[in-house]
Amino acid sequence: MNPQSLLPSVPEFLAILPEISLVILIVAVLAYDRILKPAERRRVGLLAAWGSIVILLITVGLWVLFREPEPNRSLVESLMWGGMIRNDLITLIFRVMFLVAVAIVSLISLDVPALQRGEYFALLLSATIGFSLMAAGSDMIMLFLAIETASISLYILTGFLTDDRRSTEAGIKYFVYGAFASAIMLYGLSLVYGITAQTNIYVIASLVAQSGAIPPEINGLFLLATVMIVAGFGFKISAVPFHFWTPDAYEGAPAPVTAFVSTASKAAGFAVTIRVFAAGALGAPNFDSEWWAMLVAITIVTMTLGNILAIFQSNIKRMLAYSSIAQAGYTLIGLVALTPDGSGAAMFYLLMYVFTNVAAFGVVVLVSRETGSDDMQDFYGLSRRAPYLALAMLFALLSLGGIPPTAGFIGKFFIFKAAVDAGLWWLALIGVLNAFIGLYYYLSVVKYMYLYRSDDEEERIPVSRAASVALALSVLGIIYLGIAAGPAFEWTRQAGAAFFPFSG
Amino acid sequence: MIQQIIFIVISFLTLLMGWIVVTNRNLFHAALALMGSFLGVAGLYVLLDAGFLAAAQLLVYIGAISILIIFAIMMTRRLMQTSETPFNNQWVLGGITSLVVFAVIAYVVLQVFPWQPGAQPFGAAPEVPGAVLEASVTQLGAALVSVDQYVLPFEVASVLLLAALIGAIVVAWPEKKE
Repeated sequence: MNPQSLLPSVPEFLAILPEISLVILIVAVLAYDRILKPAERRRVGLLAAWGSIVILLITVGLWVLFREPEPNRSLVESLMWGGMIRNDLITLIFRVMFLVAVAIVSLISLDVPALQRGEYFALLLSATIGFSLMAAGSDMIMLFLAIETASISLYILTGFLTDDRRSTEAGIKYFVYGAFASAIMLYGLSLVYGITAQTNIYVIASLVAQSGAIPPEINGLFLLATVMIVAGFGFKISAVPFHFWTPDAYEGAPAPVTAFVSTASKAAGFAVTIRVFAAGALGAPNFDSEWWAMLVAITIVTMTLGNILAIFQSNIKRMLAYSSIAQAGYTLIGLVALTPDGSGAAMFYLLMYVFTNVAAFGVVVLVSRETGSDDMQDFYGLSRRAPYLALAMLFALLSLGGIPPTAGFIGKFFIFKAAVDAGLWWLALIGVLNAFIGLYYYLSVVKYMYLYRSDDEEERIPVSRAASVALALSVLGIIYLGIAAGPAFEWTRQAGAAFFPFSG
Repeated sequence: MIQQIIFIVISFLTLLMGWIVVTNRNLFHAALALMGSFLGVAGLYVLLDAGFLAAAQLLVYIGAISILIIFAIMMTRRLMQTSETPFNNQWVLGGITSLVVFAVIAYVVLQVFPWQPGAQPFGAAPEVPGAVLEASVTQLGAALVSVDQYVLPFEVASVLLLAALIGAIVVAWPEKKE
């Protein structure tokens, strides 16, 4: 142990450059908010959006120009800051997702008057720091701090409209449920530390892999710890039976926040879940592990329950909330396949889901700002009131339902293919059946938009330039990933291999 | 033996105070009991030879956090004389769930630490040399600022606190209407 090194090396510095830039951006946003006149309030959102786009360019630029993170690094070389984070392709891809999400969400919240505050954008950015470190974290201490950084920002964002009862209630509910889940997860993590005396998940994984390192008396305790950790992770990805907060929080939160929670937060939860389980920190990643059986059960229940409950919703945000539970189920199939291809497919799925769901919620933001509610009836005859909005929603819904040529089809295809390749054809079959149930309620909304008529068809829905840029970007993302998925999937597949450092 | 008696006494007091925190109707009394519970935890740290943690627990939890909670209670109108009981009609179900969870945890722990006289637990606590204990504060301080140890979590904790601070302002400071 040499505690004297106080200066990071260059790769270590580059490994957290996006987070450092985000902290600087937070301070800039807060300071800029103070010097703005009330009439110019939307500029603070522009600063946040442009800033996150610049950070996205820095992150991608480091990869394109300097091959940073270097994909050929060994496990030990890619662990940085004393093993706290691992800078690999996984981290890079998830960072891209989060930065895209925060940029688009900033753009769609620009023109919502109640959200034009520096604090709102600062919290969006601090949540992004949390997500980014969740994806990079490879140490239980780091993971827990990152999860809390993200969660606390999101609790406040969910209850941000302090004048609105539903928003406040959603925030409190999310907070109480989240604090409870965090406490249980922390208990589990502390048990794992008590058993192994290590905090780094890769060190723990190599300990667990040694035969005899963990005597049989401890197995029960280890399983208990695993169950507790699954509860914490399941909360983040809103898997059944840890999903109860989802519909209420999604419904009450300001719609841009819901878009953010349902995409970036979920992706970050999956990053942590896949990293911890695929590394084998809680038992070897094979089909004999108890946790594998547990996750398969959760996968099946999550898909099915999410889809069935979504059918009966009359509120568009609640419908999308249950749909996002179902989508989490599909993504879990990629994890339980326990192959690099499966994890890569799950990452690709999350990437396309960011574009898809942000587009869907972007339309909801614009429509509900005009009508003042989130009822499904607001969408009756939308194609006449706002043809372009309806078109964007159409693409988002087709992608959620998994219909070509959208990204959702390719995403589901890769996931189910990975499951079949891993010998889990029955799980893929359940997934396909569920996708059919999902089509029913996604296409119902399409029916409302294009075939139904409403009384106020004459009223146009105003769309600001920022919002149209955001929606256009998301729809382009959906179509691009749908028709030219090759490079992106190759990228995620290559990254997927990094999830399994100990096999092969 | 003496250690075990002290442990049992301190644990009992900690749990008793915790019980008072969640059952007492008077929030102010609950906050005082919370301080007692924190004090008990500090005592457990002392028993575990973690002197620095015990001091930090005293300073941070009792000296700062509890005082802050009491301030918050006293400055919030009508919170002092609340008459709502902390129980709702779900308490039976909640109690059963807690008991089941307790039984599961107890069962699992008893497998590791058998409940028989003379039984050897798995992985008894390692002997820590006195020199290591004496230097533990120095090592902790160095670990928090050195690059190959915990400097990153240490810095992230400040981002977390910044977010919480902004959040507290958002919640407590209603925006002025123009």
